[in-house]
Amino acid sequence: MSTVTWITARGLFGRSRFLMLLPLPLVLIGLAVLCRSLGVDPGQWGPPVLVGLGLAVVLPVVALIVGTGVLGAEIDDGTVVHILTKPLPRWQIVLPKLAVAAGVSAVTVGIPIYVAGVLADSVRLGLALVAASAAGALAYSALFLALSLVTRRPVLLGLVYVLIWEGLLGRFVGGTRVLSIQQWVIALADRMAPTPLLGTTVSVPVAAVLTALVAVGFTVLAIDRLRSFSVAGETS
Amino acid sequence: MTAISTQSTAGAPAAATSTLDLVGVSRWYGNVVAVNDVTMRLGPGVTGLLGPNGAGKTTLLHMMAGFLSASRGTVTLDGEPTWRNPAVYRRLGLVSEREAVHTFLSAYEFVLASAKLHRLPDPEAATRRAIELVEMEDAQTRRIGTYSKGMRQRTRVAAALVHDPQVLLLDEPFNGMDPRQRLHMMALLHRLGDAGRTILFSSHILEEVEQVSGTVQVMVAGRLAASGDYRTIRRLMTNRPHVFAVRSTDDRALAVALMAEASVSGVELGRTGLTVKAGDYGAFTRALPRIALRHGIRVRQLLPEDESLESVFSYLVEA
Repeated sequence: MSTVTWITARGLFGRSRFLMLLPLPLVLIGLAVLCRSLGVDPGQWGPPVLVGLGLAVVLPVVALIVGTGVLGAEIDDGTVVHILTKPLPRWQIVLPKLAVAAGVSAVTVGIPIYVAGVLADSVRLGLALVAASAAGALAYSALFLALSLVTRRPVLLGLVYVLIWEGLLGRFVGGTRVLSIQQWVIALADRMAPTPLLGTTVSVPVAAVLTALVAVGFTVLAIDRLRSFSVAGETS
Repeated sequence: MTAISTQSTAGAPAAATSTLDLVGVSRWYGNVVAVNDVTMRLGPGVTGLLGPNGAGKTTLLHMMAGFLSASRGTVTLDGEPTWRNPAVYRRLGLVSEREAVHTFLSAYEFVLASAKLHRLPDPEAATRRAIELVEMEDAQTRRIGTYSKGMRQRTRVAAALVHDPQVLLLDEPFNGMDPRQRLHMMALLHRLGDAGRTILFSSHILEEVEQVSGTVQVMVAGRLAASGDYRTIRRLMTNRPHVFAVRSTDDRALAVALMAEASVSGVELGRTGLTVKAGDYGAFTRALPRIALRHGIRVRQLLPEDESLESVFSYLVEA
């Protein structure tokens, strides 16, 4: 494990902010188990729990907390200076942090979404949801990591994207779905395990290409912004 | 404003020493000019960067350390720009003012992480050496979150020294240290300077600079107001006229009597009392009671008016 990865992971798990990750996955598992045990038709509880809660809330919110935490928290408290005063090419800082963010988000979301997918339909759907949300976690993490370098309010901007763009506009203005990570995840999962529980208007090739583009593009942006990282002076 | 230059700080860069050069460096934020046309060369030895709060010391240090781009001018370390050039950190260490440490690590883990990030051949040995240098052996396994401010500061210095840099920049390093830690840090900086390292530390406290460094760069309102040997600058500071507010039972008679005193260079009679300018602080304060007694005047108040650091600095700028 690289030293940057180790410090990032220690920083992430050492902050109380990490505890905020736990309730949402537990609610997701709890709801799925409850619906299944009460014998409710999966056609009824599947879409709201898997998509409405799992992919539209748990995945982006977990990725937001982790993605803005791996670098943003260090920028906020000034500890980032310790890593930046080392003769490391900046990609060697951004990539390990992105790996930690995407990995932690993928695991935190993957476990409950797998359980919910299996209870709603099949192991195949569970695995498809795990794989698609891992791809989504990578795209979200790259976006939120880059946001923490381009703005001082990455959490707010991230929430605006998730709640307003994906949540509100995605529901009422069809065109915005093309630029929605949530819809790409749905498209990818539906391709791997076709089921009536998941539905989107975005095509699979578009989803795959855009997911890759967002992951790579925002990573490159983050590396470039970290090269020009400025510490605010006393008069600013 | 005129800059006073008493001595060049430039040292001919010998082997294994580094020189930090600033040429015509300015930095502004919108309409606010934080640093204004500063040119300086820092060679081996300890240099104090002195100035009141808000003078632009931190901005200047951040530009030297590659954490801020200059709006105009160039900042180079041995000819290489420091901005957007992480390779300079092989030769440069920074201890920033902000008390930022990973509180969840121990000092040993923190310094070891620095050593590993520097890709040192024997990070454990370098860590032990750096921790010894700042005398943190006893507490090195405890979490940094449990440390006092001075201990955190020393831990940060150890992390900045772990790769034995040629240049060490420290922003207000004595803040929060007790007198013993202060002395220890001063001795450490001396040793590093004597060993041919280029050390720059900022401070707004004259006495700190006096004890550590023979060479100072004085900044006032973003400009380099004076640079050179500390003693010469200190003499300029002590020889400046001192201003006192004096109130007595008969201000007018006291004014007349004071004008005959050699140490007094000017008296102004105001509604609330006298404003007296004296060339020699000691001579005036000794003469005043004698004069008052001789003329049967009672002095009700004697207040030195310009003892703030800012007034010392502004005198330097005007000189």
